[in-house]
Amino acid sequence: MQKIPQKIIHTRYLRHRKKFPHVWCPGCSNGIVLGAIMRAIDELKWKRSNTAMVSGIGCSSRMPVYVDFNTLHSLHGRAIAYATGIKMFKPEMNVMVVTGDGDATAIGGNHFIHAARRNIDLTVILINNYIYGMTGGQYSPTTPTGDIATTTPYGNIDPVFDICELAMGAGATFVARTTAYHALEAQSFIKQALEHKGFSLVEIISACPVIYGKLNKKGDAIAMMNAMKKNAVSLKAWEKLPEDKLKGKIKRGILRNEIRPEYTDEYAKLVQKVQGGK
Amino acid sequence: MTKNNIESKVVLMQGNEAVARGAIDAGVNFFAGYPITPSTEIAEICSVELPKRGGKFIQMEDEIASISAIIGASLAGAKTMTATSGPGFSLMQEGIGFAKMTETPCVVVNVMRGGPSTGLPTKPSQADIMQTRWGNHGDAPAIVLYPDSVLESYELAIRAVNLSEKYRTCVVLLLDEVLGHMREAVTLPDLAKVKIINRIKPTIPPEWYKHYEDNPKYIHPLASYGEGYRFHVTGLAHDAYGFPTNRADETAVMMERLDKKIKHHLNDLVQIESFYMDDARTAIFAAGISARAAKTAVLMARKSGKKVGLLRPLTIWPFPDDAIRKYMKNVRNIFVPELNQGQLLNEVKRAMGGVWNYESRRSRKIIPIQKNDGQLITPADIINKMKEVK
Repeated sequence: MQKIPQKIIHTRYLRHRKKFPHVWCPGCSNGIVLGAIMRAIDELKWKRSNTAMVSGIGCSSRMPVYVDFNTLHSLHGRAIAYATGIKMFKPEMNVMVVTGDGDATAIGGNHFIHAARRNIDLTVILINNYIYGMTGGQYSPTTPTGDIATTTPYGNIDPVFDICELAMGAGATFVARTTAYHALEAQSFIKQALEHKGFSLVEIISACPVIYGKLNKKGDAIAMMNAMKKNAVSLKAWEKLPEDKLKGKIKRGILRNEIRPEYTDEYAKLVQKVQGGK
Repeated sequence: MTKNNIESKVVLMQGNEAVARGAIDAGVNFFAGYPITPSTEIAEICSVELPKRGGKFIQMEDEIASISAIIGASLAGAKTMTATSGPGFSLMQEGIGFAKMTETPCVVVNVMRGGPSTGLPTKPSQADIMQTRWGNHGDAPAIVLYPDSVLESYELAIRAVNLSEKYRTCVVLLLDEVLGHMREAVTLPDLAKVKIINRIKPTIPPEWYKHYEDNPKYIHPLASYGEGYRFHVTGLAHDAYGFPTNRADETAVMMERLDKKIKHHLNDLVQIESFYMDDARTAIFAAGISARAAKTAVLMARKSGKKVGLLRPLTIWPFPDDAIRKYMKNVRNIFVPELNQGQLLNEVKRAMGGVWNYESRRSRKIIPIQKNDGQLITPADIINKMKEVK
């Protein structure tokens, strides 16, 4: 893994003169994920003008404004549908979506599963902080059962989504999960997802110490990072763990990596067939 | 041109088909949609025709995804369209607001059916007129075109695409269910003579580019994704570069531009047809399918010696206030037939408010003729109402 100084990233990929400081709270993991994305793209040597970052609404969805790509900050839940339009019209562009647990799996759940089903070549980087941070801490489809949010003052009775399982069930061809603590692993997974031809998802468990952490007494940002270090178990270790010890653990690793016909390729073939048959 | 050549251009065509062909002839190369009666034929025809021409068609998972996909594709440089009906049009409102806010060209066709809710999917209605104006939240003017024949559906589809590209906004093409499914013999114009407008592309270097550059005409160049101009697009209030802002001065400039770019170009946008209005003492104001009945009613009344005329808007938003005031000045009564509970009627009253005070003067009236049971207004309905009102 080639290391590049932070300063180069700042000047090469960020709108560093225009848009900083950012809106994220102290201790938020979004910056770590942004750094991982920048380093992964630098390794791939992608051209900024040929790269699009699309987002919906939420904390993570504020990311596109900071990066010097073709950027679109769209409507709540709709990022994947907007990205589908861009990718479909210009398949030669690299299109990624940055989204969150609420944006992608609650209001945007429909677009998420259908993009996975089509296997359209989008990379979805989903930052899962277990809560709606932008609106002040309401429960999301991934808020653990029993936890406190501003709209579950007596404890959350909702069962949770396993986002990676959801994506795999819908047909995603590259699915990986890691945490913000494992920043270099996140960088590696993001790089592989961006390179992957087809719908790819990288779920990154993140820390929201200011809202989720405070409501559920998870401690400060450092304590939450330590908890990720402790609870996120690699695939290999996961298989060796006895079942009674799996409770509260998070499986991290590349959960699926397979090749299936990609949507824009298939459409290009269809166009060729239709035009050839004239 | 020989006679044969002219005749070969006459085709039997459905309204929905005319819309699809007009849009494709205007350069639409990306369509995303979701099936809904009575607009589905537009999607079906696009799915057949677009791949033949190297364009793209995609059926999305719902109407929200459809409007989102066409805005995304438009930002990547496509000329885009989607087609739907009432329920789907309601779902698209947030996206339509986004297109207006971000000044992204796109065309939404709404083939109106009976409502509210699922309503009467296969029956005509004109009850979406106000939704096309006020459907999205927040202040944003609308451009809405409304044809009354199959040929005009073709022409206004081209015009809708042209206006969306020119004014960088979402243009709505309203169509009546009856017109969408009606077949008429149509003589298509020579495409070489049809004016096609493409968005203005920036010519300055990317580092100088402002996505929302202000200028006196309120129309500015539009770059596309993937061409070296790396710009930001957001539905938040934004500055000239497209970056989010909370500043009152920057927000005011943005809101003013959205408003003025329509209001400063009323001459270009507003289109009306005046039918026997020059000496008319009684006028009918009607649009779309009701205007067809009104035309027959005018001819019937003229035969019996009554001075009746019809004023028909082809552009219903922005509303043709000035045209109404000009043509209706010397008219005694105005009849407003429409398939709703008075959506055009109230606009006509508003437009006429300053011209004559119709309520205080008995001799002058604005009279509604309304139906919302899925049936059309017939010429006889209009004639009968005229006989009632002396």
